[in-house]
Amino acid sequence: MKHRLIFTGKKLIRMALLLLGVSLAAFLLMSASPLDPLQTNVGQAALGTMSQEQIAKLEEYWGVNDPPLQRYLGWLGDFVRGDMGTSLLYRQPVSQVIGQRLQNSLWLMAFAWVFSGLLGLTLGILAGASRESWGDKLIRGWCLLISSTPTFWLALVLLIVFAVWLGVLPSGLSVPIGVDAASVTLGDRLYHAILPALTLSITGVANIALHTREKMIDILESDYVLFARARGESKTSIILRHGLRNVALPAITLQFASISEIFGGSVLVEQVFSYPGLGQTAVNAGLGSDLPLLLGITVVSAAIVFGGNLIADLLYGVVDPKIRRGAARA
Amino acid sequence: MKSFNRRQRALALLLFALILLCAVTAAGIVLSDQAMVTDFSRKNLAPCTQFLFGTDWMGRDMFSRTLTGLSLSIRIGLLTAAVSAVIALLLGSASALLGGWADSVISWLIDLVMGIPHILLVMLISLAFGKGFTGVVAGVALSHWTSLARVVRSEVLQIKGAPYVLAAGKLGLSRGAILRRHMIPHLLPQFLTGLVLLFPHAILHEASVTFLGFGLPPEQPAIGVILSESMSYLTTGKWWLAVFPGLALVGVVLLFALLGDQLRRLLDPASVHE
Repeated sequence: MKHRLIFTGKKLIRMALLLLGVSLAAFLLMSASPLDPLQTNVGQAALGTMSQEQIAKLEEYWGVNDPPLQRYLGWLGDFVRGDMGTSLLYRQPVSQVIGQRLQNSLWLMAFAWVFSGLLGLTLGILAGASRESWGDKLIRGWCLLISSTPTFWLALVLLIVFAVWLGVLPSGLSVPIGVDAASVTLGDRLYHAILPALTLSITGVANIALHTREKMIDILESDYVLFARARGESKTSIILRHGLRNVALPAITLQFASISEIFGGSVLVEQVFSYPGLGQTAVNAGLGSDLPLLLGITVVSAAIVFGGNLIADLLYGVVDPKIRRGAARA
Repeated sequence: MKSFNRRQRALALLLFALILLCAVTAAGIVLSDQAMVTDFSRKNLAPCTQFLFGTDWMGRDMFSRTLTGLSLSIRIGLLTAAVSAVIALLLGSASALLGGWADSVISWLIDLVMGIPHILLVMLISLAFGKGFTGVVAGVALSHWTSLARVVRSEVLQIKGAPYVLAAGKLGLSRGAILRRHMIPHLLPQFLTGLVLLFPHAILHEASVTFLGFGLPPEQPAIGVILSESMSYLTTGKWWLAVFPGLALVGVVLLFALLGDQLRRLLDPASVHE
């Protein structure tokens, strides 16, 4: 028990250091940007007509003249105390903006994550179990096609088919237009989330399916499966008893490691469907030079990614007896 | 019919992919002037024999725009993948050969870069370089080296301790000679395959970031720009503005994947004779 706590503690410290690095890197990149926040948000024409005092006021608001180090330390000090600053575009506390948007995105990502994981695992096992059959070739070809397809284009094609041609699904937003917030039902929300969730799920399948297939083939060629076959076990029983158990572990790790990709996909999908989630907010913050908001989103998304990796590491130890004992010795 | 062996088939497929990609790149450069021509007498035409991919709301020929965009994507992909691969080679081998704190720092850096979602990182780097061509090239090049660096690191670590390298050292060969005669021949195939397999990612991320508005400027006919512009016309039924350019991009990415796969087969002796 003790070594597990030490292992977890070490991982947590490493994670905190990485998050510090992420925030510093993101901050340095943003402050190195030659783009002037005043130009992008106010516009050249409006700036020309303003008085010097007004411009000075705006410069102060966007923090153009403060030295970067001082700004970063100020941000870090507030962040440790739980204050992520105020978004310059939305004029709300960053934590509040992120909280709202994350709620929208989280459902979308969670659904796509679970669904693509299960579907990918199933397809991978099927393909691996019937190697070189037409089903295997079909699944492999489909995975290759999906992984070569840009997510946003897939979203566009689904939008054309389901929203424009068939007209059965809405083309964007997370709630119906012209309905006040109180009367939006859960059904409305789900209805609007179908297309974005479907796009995200489709793109998430390829990686895990191909990986599971390779593993499955390795397992079926192993000595213990040969022995099981010699004992007269049926193919289904071999796959369920020997295949699934051994394939599940790497698949779980891979799926936790793919959180970063799902997040990246959600940025693109939300942009296409005008879905008010975290990804769309990140794009707005980036285009509008909203430093506190973009910094906040980067740190939060990195925390989610590192958290996923941490869970995968811990799960691996819990599920796999070999690693559990290895950790005890080390 | 005379049957060819695996090696010959792999070589033929590789050449096929290579020639097609070169043709697309060249055609895009030739057609780049035509891609900007506007003609309002022929706007919003659906695909027909004269305009294979149709025309847009300014009467620009979508076929030449798509080819120009693809050509641009391929060239950016080559540039960024090459830069990325060099970074991966340097950091990966430095990490394995120097060991100690250099190894820890580089591993930490890899974890750091992998921790930020790819798209977000490319966006941030592109912003730091002021968007546009430099921004997107820097963004993609500086964010794609991590997994190849890990491969290089573990490969170098492995051969560093391999019996034949240790024996060569005992026999009195200089470090330069060991590197040249025993390490590079082993690393090169892995590295080349990794390099080619970087292209698809680089091209897809370039298009994605441009689509979001952090990449190439809107006046350039890049695939990301074309698709982002098409969004305003989709609901009025102009499907060809989005479908064909995207399909062409998928084709190019598939060709690169095919190229990498065949190259791996040719370079890795074990997989050819499997």
